[in-house]
Amino acid sequence: MSDCIGHSAPEPVFEEPWHAQVFALTVALNEAGRFSWSDWVARFSQTLRRNGLSRELDGGADYFDAWLETLEAILAEAGNASPQEVALVRRDWEEAYLSTPHGDPVHLAG
Amino acid sequence: MPHDHSDHPHALLPSDPALRVKALETILTRKGLIDPAALDEIIDTYQNKIGPQNGARVIARAWSDPAFKKAILADADPVLAELGYYGRQGEHMVVVENTPTQHNMVVCTLCSCYPWPLLGIPPGWYKSDAYRARAVREPRKVLADFGVTLPAETAVRVWDSTAEVRYLVLPMRPAGSEDLDEDALAALVSRDSMIGTALASAPSGGSGSIIGGSS
Repeated sequence: MSDCIGHSAPEPVFEEPWHAQVFALTVALNEAGRFSWSDWVARFSQTLRRNGLSRELDGGADYFDAWLETLEAILAEAGNASPQEVALVRRDWEEAYLSTPHGDPVHLAG
Repeated sequence: MPHDHSDHPHALLPSDPALRVKALETILTRKGLIDPAALDEIIDTYQNKIGPQNGARVIARAWSDPAFKKAILADADPVLAELGYYGRQGEHMVVVENTPTQHNMVVCTLCSCYPWPLLGIPPGWYKSDAYRARAVREPRKVLADFGVTLPAETAVRVWDSTAEVRYLVLPMRPAGSEDLDEDALAALVSRDSMIGTALASAPSGGSGSIIGGSS
């Protein structure tokens, strides 16, 4: 606990855009009644505990990695987004980025 | 694949987790389970509208208005709801008051439960294993790391947040702030002072407390 103490520089609310995205996805799904916040906290804290066994989590990127891992597991179990679906659509996005000229907005092909 | 040059022939590929989040968003949108506009609204709210300035306003009001302070310590939810600060996840807010005999400090040992409507998204250190473990075990040492040394007669009480209950520390009003109005008082209230890892700042930018990066 060294660099996390006594800091004075203002920090961004979310370090990376995808942190904001996965946070908002989770809040939106909760507000749509897909899961209760208590259930979310129970699952998320399990993931943090498990991931924290092998190394000390610093609350930065590893925190949102655990967040994403938890959300993927909940959505897979609920049948809302299977790992296969996620892998396919992830690949589509990757291809879209690789085939879009730099500077143009990236869209998924039809 | 890593890129070495600035003149990318194609759009820069996001990281693996960023692509997975995009995939989830696409899948859930296609199934009608989420509305992308709602996501944008949530991000905008937490990035631009909600932050420690909300909590600071509540603290400044509590310092200035004894009836308000009494009400918020007795049952914070209705008072905060009236100000437009309520938990979207249905959680309860509890305000705990620092006194010369008791200093309060907030942690979430489970994960990172935090009074979002009043303080926004928690800082990295609040989410770290180090803080979550040490705040309960050795709160005085953690406070010392934050530059806070309390008199021996001040007990430290640590409040462990949950999905249902979130805590906000009401710091002690700093000496020399008697003549200040609510706006000036709010400027003395850092984010960390409402988590309990700092004290409210002395008026004239004085000594004894750290700036919590809340401004």
